[in-house]
Amino acid sequence: MPAEANRADLSAQGGEKMGEMGEIFWWVVFPYLTLAIMIVGSLYRFAYNQLSWVAPSTEIFEKKWLRIGSPLFHYGLLFAFIGHVMGMVIPIEFYRGLGISDHLYHDFAIYGGGVAGLMVVAGAVILLIRKMTVDRVRIHATFADFFSVISLIIVAGLGVYITLVYNTTVLEYEYRTTIGPWFRSLFVFRPQYELMTAVPFLFQLHVITAFALFASIPFTRLVHLYSVPVHYPLRAPQQYRSRSRYRRKRI
Amino acid sequence: MNVKAQVAMVMHLDKCIGCHTCSVTCKTTWTNRPGMEYIWFNNVETRPGPGYPKRWEDQDRYKGGWEYSNGKLRLRAGGALSKLAKIFYNPNMGTLDDYYEPWTYDYRHLIEGERSDYVLSARPKSMITGKYIDQPEWGSNWDDDLAGGSEVVPMDPNVEKLQEHIAMEYEKTFMMYLPRICEHCLNPSCVASCPSGALYKRDEDGIVLVDQEECRGWRFCMNGCPYNKVYYNWNTHKAEKCNFCYPRTEAGLPTICSETCVGRIRYIGVVLYDADKVKAAASVEDPQNLYEAQLGCFLDPFDPEVIAEAREAGINDEWIRSAQESPVYKMAMKWKIALPLHPEYRTLPMVWYVPPLSPIMNHITNEEELSTDGYIPAVDQMRIPMQYLASILAADDTEVIRRVLLKLTAMRVHMRSVNVGGVDELAKSRLLEEAGIDTETVEDMARLLGVSKYSERFVIPTGRREMDGDELHYEQGACSIEDLAPPEGMTTYPFERGR
Repeated sequence: MPAEANRADLSAQGGEKMGEMGEIFWWVVFPYLTLAIMIVGSLYRFAYNQLSWVAPSTEIFEKKWLRIGSPLFHYGLLFAFIGHVMGMVIPIEFYRGLGISDHLYHDFAIYGGGVAGLMVVAGAVILLIRKMTVDRVRIHATFADFFSVISLIIVAGLGVYITLVYNTTVLEYEYRTTIGPWFRSLFVFRPQYELMTAVPFLFQLHVITAFALFASIPFTRLVHLYSVPVHYPLRAPQQYRSRSRYRRKRI
Repeated sequence: MNVKAQVAMVMHLDKCIGCHTCSVTCKTTWTNRPGMEYIWFNNVETRPGPGYPKRWEDQDRYKGGWEYSNGKLRLRAGGALSKLAKIFYNPNMGTLDDYYEPWTYDYRHLIEGERSDYVLSARPKSMITGKYIDQPEWGSNWDDDLAGGSEVVPMDPNVEKLQEHIAMEYEKTFMMYLPRICEHCLNPSCVASCPSGALYKRDEDGIVLVDQEECRGWRFCMNGCPYNKVYYNWNTHKAEKCNFCYPRTEAGLPTICSETCVGRIRYIGVVLYDADKVKAAASVEDPQNLYEAQLGCFLDPFDPEVIAEAREAGINDEWIRSAQESPVYKMAMKWKIALPLHPEYRTLPMVWYVPPLSPIMNHITNEEELSTDGYIPAVDQMRIPMQYLASILAADDTEVIRRVLLKLTAMRVHMRSVNVGGVDELAKSRLLEEAGIDTETVEDMARLLGVSKYSERFVIPTGRREMDGDELHYEQGACSIEDLAPPEGMTTYPFERGR
């Protein structure tokens, strides 16, 4: 499909739904604003409040439900992240160049993404119920903790709905020609907001809630996602440090 | 040769009276904060018993320490990749119930409660949930002095291994105290278990510490330590552990647990070791050879070559002198009467224990007429089964325990003859020969174990501040409050770093 024609067509449709200013706000201002909060906020917290930078585990309080919920949730997120890289970051031309048909891609996305999304939602729901019902965990949970879990359930729930229900019953939506190019355009600082105007509402809502969630990262427990210890397998098992000659790494 | 200094401890279990003063002073110094209520950097366990946390020696469950398999030394709980795969849920970590749910009492009720016909009581209240716990069920020394008796004693993993039946009848049973702190191992498995690299061993004194800023709370250290001596502060979500009271030892003072020890059972001193030998020592195949292999890591502080190498490594003369006068070196390396706790964990622990002598099972009724050689079989019939001690201190090698007990018995017999006369043919007897020591050593031992003064028990050089010398030179002309207010303008006041 000629991308240019598609783009013009879509922007003509969507122009009436939302005013020009509204489009610019949701697809230009809002993403940049939330990403800026996420980046500046995270850097600030990393620089000034290292002591709060943790994966605040409650495993010491409760293990049985965590055993099911936590891996389900985290591995689901990992798969979902890979899925989003495949759909949003890698351009559709790449798949077509490889000879992967759109239909084959969508089948894979629906099954793979569906499973990953369901893992995230199921895991997060288990963790939320645990957080609400286990006394030891609930009493030490903060507003930010509940906020993170609930917003993740909303974002992931929308994602699962559009993947598994919307895509199979309403229409197999080709987000790789609209949301994908728009998302990439953000990072080259030439946001093509007009690509987003005709995107189905549920997809738009998924995007907006996700960016809102990104903005909340520096204020919640989610900061631990930056600290995945990927360097661990590479370092020497024993760590010696000199008291006087050690220099702290700072940003 | 890669010479490093280690501040180490010996505990003489014969003198421990189980008063918990060490635990309490440690608690009030280090762990009396929210999130730390359940944590005891120092605890005293009555043995036989499950200890604290419950059954910490059960490594099939906690998977602590190292194992040697297929010619390789590896963490029992799994290597780096398997840890990353398990990072979302650590199957081997204990929960609060393995320690205990800390509680306080509702004292306010005593003052503010309604007037009533009954005496008001202060109900126990959880310090985790704030709810009443009407029946506290466990605590860090719940089984003190064999409380819980035949119900609790079999929970001891060492007892499970024991061939012979342990008598629980009052007249026949036995017990001993085991005070425990972090072992500040030469081959610490907690350090190797930390995905963030926040745990480290200090070059200067071998103390194992957690960098509170780098810790991300992944919790693998908790059970990675086979002694379960790294704890999770549920308030800060970071790991904390015994730090060998480094602010005190840096100033030449003993740790607070040692300082306040009523029985004066603790000794602190410096030992020099060769860091290049550590890995090989931890990798000997037979666990019963680990003790000897560990001894092989230590360096003779009187050897001129060692002294030269130590100076080369930046260890100053005060530290070398301390190493020469070290009570730990004497007891653990020279006389070999102090043993490492569970050497089979392959961490090469650096808190050593002089095993307790105990009453002899079959009473010696005629001690006045007993020939000195008569004590030799008596050593084999102590109330505390040698197998039990060997399970704790010698990787089940009873011969190691027997040698130590013979030395301690020889010391007792000799000092008895010196002080009250009686048995005086010690020099001619087989006791000294079997124990492998001479009377001169025996008298040195008796002095150090029995009547040594503060300055003999604690030989701690002050912190090696002159090692900061190069740094200070380097920092000439730099901002003296660089850490507080760097010129780049990133002010980090200490009070802002807190939560």
